[in-house]
Order: sequence, then C-alpha cells, then structure tokens
Amino acid sequence: MSALLQTRDLSCVKDDRVLFEGMNLSLNAGQILLVEGKNGSGKTSLLRILTGLSLPESGDVLWQGRPISEVGADYYEQVNYVGHHDGIKRDLTCLENLRLVQAMGKPLPIDLDEALDKVNLYRFGDNYVATLSAGQKRRLALARLVVTEALLWIMDEPFTSLDKASMAMFQVMFEQHLEKGGVIVLTSHHDIEMPQSDVVRLNLSE
Amino acid sequence: MKRLSLSQAFWFLLRRDLLLAFRNRSEMANPLLFFVLVITLFPLAIGAEPNLLARIAPGIIWVAALLASMLSLDGIFRSDFDDGTLEQMLLSAHPVPVLVLAKVTAHWLVTGLPLLLVAPLLAMMLGLDEDAYGILLLTILLGTPVLSLIGSIGVALTVGLRKGGIILSLLVLPLYVPVLIFSSSAIDVAASGLPATAQISMMLAFLFLALSLSPVATAAALKMSMS
Repeated sequence: MSALLQTRDLSCVKDDRVLFEGMNLSLNAGQILLVEGKNGSGKTSLLRILTGLSLPESGDVLWQGRPISEVGADYYEQVNYVGHHDGIKRDLTCLENLRLVQAMGKPLPIDLDEALDKVNLYRFGDNYVATLSAGQKRRLALARLVVTEALLWIMDEPFTSLDKASMAMFQVMFEQHLEKGGVIVLTSHHDIEMPQSDVVRLNLSE
Repeated sequence: MKRLSLSQAFWFLLRRDLLLAFRNRSEMANPLLFFVLVITLFPLAIGAEPNLLARIAPGIIWVAALLASMLSLDGIFRSDFDDGTLEQMLLSAHPVPVLVLAKVTAHWLVTGLPLLLVAPLLAMMLGLDEDAYGILLLTILLGTPVLSLIGSIGVALTVGLRKGGIILSLLVLPLYVPVLIFSSSAIDVAASGLPATAQISMMLAFLFLALSLSPVATAAALKMSMS
C-alpha cells in the first residue's frame, strides 16, 4: 500500500535562513507525525507547506502519490487544518461558526448540539464567541474535526490554552481518528500520551 | 453528507457576511456618513451659488463616492485575515474566486448600495438638473460595484502588510480614475440634456470586465498574501 502523505526533497527557506532541506517523509493511514523543535525551527512553516497554503522552496508534497497542486480541490476536501489562529468569528455564535465550517468543508451528518457536547461546549451554542474564554475558543476551533469529514488532520499547537482534561479528551479523539485510518500531523510543546498509536517523531532542531 | 453545491456555498458566505455587517452596523455606516458629510460641506464652503454648485455636483458626488468606497475597502478581508477564517476559506474545497465574489458582493451591498439610496437627496441639495437624476443613479449602480471589485484586488495584495493603508490607496486610485471620468461625464452630459449612452456603455463594459477578472486576481493575490 502506498503512503497517504509523502514529501519529496522538501526544503524551506525563510529570509535567507534554511529551515530544513531534503526532507523525505512518508505517512501511512493510522500514523501520527509529531513535529518537534525549538521556536523558529520551521514547525509552522512545514505545516503550512503540507496544507498547500505556502509553497516550499523546492520539492513536492504528495497525496496518495500525486503532488497536491495537481490533486487540488480533492486534496483540500481531505484536509482539516487547525492553525495558530482559531479560524472562528467572534461576532458569530458557536452554532453559526460550526455551520460555516460545515459549509466550507465536507459536512458529517452530526447534530451540531451533539458536536458541541463532544468538545465540552454543550449549552454554549447560542453564545457569541467573543464571550468565550481562550480555552473554550480553542475547543470550538477543534470542533471542526468533529463536524467535517477529512482523512488528514493538520494541527498547529492544538493544545494551547487547554486544560489537562480537555487535552486527554482530544487525544482520545485523535486515537479514534487514527483507528479509522486517518492521518494526523501536529506540533505541540505538550507531551503526547498515545501509547496505542503509531507515533512518528520529527525533530527540526537536530 | 455531500458538500454544499457551489451556489449554496456562495449564498451561505454572502449571508454570513451580511449578518456580520449587521452586528457591526455602527462601523459599517462609516462610509455612508463620510459620503453625506463631504457632500454637505461643499455648499457651506463654496457659498450659495446655485449655478456653480449644480455645475460641479456630478464631480463632487463621484469624488465623495470614490473616497467613501476606499475608506471601507480594508474591511473586506481584514477581520477574516486576523482571526484565521481567511486561511480556512483558502483551504476550502470550493473554488476561491467564487467565495471571493460572495465576500465582495456582501461588501458592496453594505457600503455601495446605501450610497444609491441617499444620492438623489444629496443631488437635490446641490441643485443638480432633474433630467440627470436617472443617469446619476445608474452610474452609482454600475460604478460602485466596479470600485469594490477593483479594490478587493488591492486589499488582497496588502492585507498581509501591517501598514498597507497608503500602498492600498496608491495601488487602487489610478484604477478608479476611469470610473470617475466616465461616470461624472455621463451625469454632466445628461444634465445638459444630451444622451449619455456612450458613457453608460463604457461603464457596463467596466462592470463586466471587473466581474469576470477581479475575483480570479483577488484569489491569486490572497494566496500570495497568505504564504
């Protein structure tokens, strides 16, 4: 079976500094890639290149063996990206935000109240996002994983501002996604405890 | 569940932007207020000379409309850029130019359309010839969407810069000039009782050109700004 997500000779240069070069990665269904490294070592840059938001200096990102620039919309349909920014509107309610997320992606047939319950935001459906705490906003941002269907989850520091209980809850969710044949790429300064899963570690500082 | 059809996604985004504009309505009223204020200041500054005011009315109204439009441009993508929803829009499986068109349409409905509603009142205040009212409304109806569409390219190019305000004006103003010339000329001609068909046809051509090309250019510029 060929790998779902691959990189071929990927390199990234920012302001004349080489962040990484000649990177060859290969991720199969059910694997999670944990990108580690110091601040400024290129973690976010790598993630943005994988999503296609940024272009690499050289090399290719391959999805099921084809460059993502060729796959186009079919690739974007398979990607769920939770970036450094939450990607939710503060002047909309939680439910309105989730409806927007579903409209832009491939919606899963799930009741939105139930989805909010899954990220511990039950009863917050009609609250404006502006009234939520930082951790609650982050949980709402991560709720996009629950309401849309995508094989590849790419997450930049998903656990920022989350408490321990929420972190554990999302790690369980990640494990379930991997069991269903999904792929996850994430950066995190927190320790990941997912003993059941096939964790690949990549340290950009070495 | 299948993903939304393209037209559904378009309407969804349009409705969302209108809802957001409604929730920030005090901010959204700024361009309209600016438009009204600038035009009401002219008679005070120039003095009560009905003939002179009537003569320069087309120019005043259009310069004010143009500046009001520029004032509101940054709002098309700014908040979406800041909170990361723009990123998500670019990662959507829907074609980005269509989503861009939805956002620009919403922006025009909120900032351009109100000008159309108050323009006759202001024209009456300046003593514009009554024969020219129809053409005045027509130029605003055809011209302001062109301003929003061209402006969206400029905003998309500068949204990633922290202080893009001045560059935005320099980029966009030269492209606004043809709209200004043809629209004020059309009103001028109509006020002297001549047909303005030529000018209106040119403005229609501008509108269709901008409608078909600018969303593609804006989408490309947004991708550049994000990377």
